[in-house]
Amino acid sequence: MSLHQPASGVAGDGRGRWSLRHELIGLSGVVERNLYLVKRYIWWDIAFFVWTVANTLSIVFIARGIEASGGTIDVNRAATSLLIGAVIWAYLGVIFEIMTETVAWERWEGTIEYTFMAPLSRSVHLFGMGAFALLYGMARALLLFAVCAFFFDLSIPDADFGAALVVLAVASVSFVGLGIVTAVLPLISPEKGSQLGFVAQGLLLVVSGVYYPVEVLPRWMQWLATVSPATYALDGIRDAILVGDPLTAMGDELWPLVVIGVVAVPVGLAVFRRGERYAKQHGKLKRSG
Amino acid sequence: MPSPQPSSDPFEIPRPAQVPAIELIGVRKVFRRRERAHGRFSPRRRVAALDGVSFRVERGETVAVLGQNGSGKSTLVRVLSTLLLPDGGTARVFGHDVLTQPAVVRRLVNRVSVEASFFKKMSAAENLSYAARFHGLTSGRTRAGIPEILERVGFPADRRSEPMENLSRGMQQKVALARALLTAPVLLLLDEPTTGLDPRSKREVQAFVKEMRAMHDATILLCTHDLDEAEALADRIGVLDRGRLLVLGTVDELNRRYGAQTLEVAFFAATGREFGEETDPDDDREVFA
Repeated sequence: MSLHQPASGVAGDGRGRWSLRHELIGLSGVVERNLYLVKRYIWWDIAFFVWTVANTLSIVFIARGIEASGGTIDVNRAATSLLIGAVIWAYLGVIFEIMTETVAWERWEGTIEYTFMAPLSRSVHLFGMGAFALLYGMARALLLFAVCAFFFDLSIPDADFGAALVVLAVASVSFVGLGIVTAVLPLISPEKGSQLGFVAQGLLLVVSGVYYPVEVLPRWMQWLATVSPATYALDGIRDAILVGDPLTAMGDELWPLVVIGVVAVPVGLAVFRRGERYAKQHGKLKRSG
Repeated sequence: MPSPQPSSDPFEIPRPAQVPAIELIGVRKVFRRRERAHGRFSPRRRVAALDGVSFRVERGETVAVLGQNGSGKSTLVRVLSTLLLPDGGTARVFGHDVLTQPAVVRRLVNRVSVEASFFKKMSAAENLSYAARFHGLTSGRTRAGIPEILERVGFPADRRSEPMENLSRGMQQKVALARALLTAPVLLLLDEPTTGLDPRSKREVQAFVKEMRAMHDATILLCTHDLDEAEALADRIGVLDRGRLLVLGTVDELNRRYGAQTLEVAFFAATGREFGEETDPDDDREVFA
C-alpha cells in the first residue's frame, strides 16, 4: 500500500500535475517539522529564552544604572527604548538564525540529502522556514516583552502598537531575504558557514542602532546602517511606541523596508540556488556531525 | 520476476513503457582533492568517482551494483537522486534528465541509504508525517496511513512516538522503508540498506524490499557490497570498480563470462581483487564515492 492514489490523467508537458496546492502542503510540512523540533528540544528553547531574558534585563537596567550613578536621563524613555531594541533584536535575530541554520541543522541531523532530494521547490522550502521563523520569533518576542516589562514600571500612553506591528511585519520580509542569503554559507562551506552567518548577524547588530542612535557611529558605519532593514524597523517601532506616530507618518521607514524586502528575497533565492548548484557540483551536500 | 500491479503514479508524470527506468550514457563525476600529506596549499588532484558509466535499467527490474567502499556506488545514487551534478554524460530517470529536469526526477525517486536520515529526537510518526507533506500528502491522508504503513513493516505500535535515537538501526531502516513506501516511489534507490544490521533485521529488510517490488510497479537500484544480498534480490548485477562499470548481467552471465562457480569468484576475476580487500591506493576516493 501507499498513500498516493492511482493516476487519473497525464500532463502533456512532461512535468506532471504537481500543483501550487502540493507546494503549499510541502510548505506546511516544513513548518510542521520545525514545530516537532521545538517540542522535542523544548528544554533547549527554555534555556535559550531564560538567557535572552537575562540579557535583555541587563541591557534595560543600564538606563537605571546611569541615573543611579549621577547621570541625567529620562529613565522611562531610555528603558523603553532599550527594551524595544532588545526585544526587536531578539525577534529579528531569531528569524536570522533560523534561516541561517536551514542547512546547518539538516547537515547536523543527517537529513540534508533527504530534504534536498524531496519534491519540494527550494523557494517553498525556504519560505516554509521563513514562515516558521516568523511564527516562532513573534511568539518568543511577545513573551520576552511581557516578562521584561514586568520588571519595569514603563509608561507608554501614546504607543501605537498597530503601527509598530505593521513596521515589524514589513521588516520581517527583509530579514527572511537576508537570512536566505546567509543560509547559503553552510551549504558552500560546511565547516565555516554557520560562523560566517553569526559574523553577518553581529555586523547588523552593531550598525543598526539597536541600543543607540546610528548618529553616534562613524560615518562609514552610518552608511552601512542605511542598507540594514533593522535600522528602519527600530526607528519606526520606536516612533510608534514612544511618540505614538501613526502608520501614515512612517513613510521614511516603510519605503526603505519595502524596497529592501523586494530586493532581498529574490536576491536571496538566486544566491541560494547558485550555492546549491555549487554544492551539488562539488559534493558538499553530504551529512556531517 | 513477479508481475507488478498497475502503476500508482503519484504525480501523473509520463513514463512511457518503452522508456527505461534508468538510462546512463557515459556519466562522469570528478572531484578535486588536495593531497592530505602535502598540506593545505598543495595542488588539487582529480579523483574520478564515476568514469564513463553507461547502463540501462528497465521498468520493474531490480539491478544490483556491487563494489567496494570508494568504488563510486554512492556517487551513482547521488547523481540519480539529483544530489550531485554529473560532469559529463547523460543520466535519465524514466526519460527525464537529472540535470535539466531535476524537479520531475525527484517526484519519481526515493532513496534508502546506509544512514537512516531522520531527525533523531523526532519520533517515527513525526518523521514520516513531515516527509509525507514534502510529497504533497495532507494530514487527512496520513493520519490513518502512517500507522498502517508502520504496522506493515513490522514496527511496534507502542514505539511510534519514541524518538528515533532510541531505536535500533534495524528498526530505523524499517522506518526508512516505510517512508519510501509512503511516497510510492517508482524508482527506489537502495544504497547499502542493510549495512550494519544484525542478520534478522537484514532478512526482514530484504523480505520487505522483495515485497515492495512484488506489490508495486517499482524499479529498484540496489548498491551494495553484500554479494549474497545482490544475488538474492537482483535480476542483474553490475560490478563497479574505481568509478568504472566493469560488467553488468545476470549471475549466470557473470559466472559464465569469468568461468566462475560463484559470484565472489566472478567479482574477483572482474576487478582483479578479493572482495573486501582494501588495496585502493587512492584513499581519498572513499571520501566522495
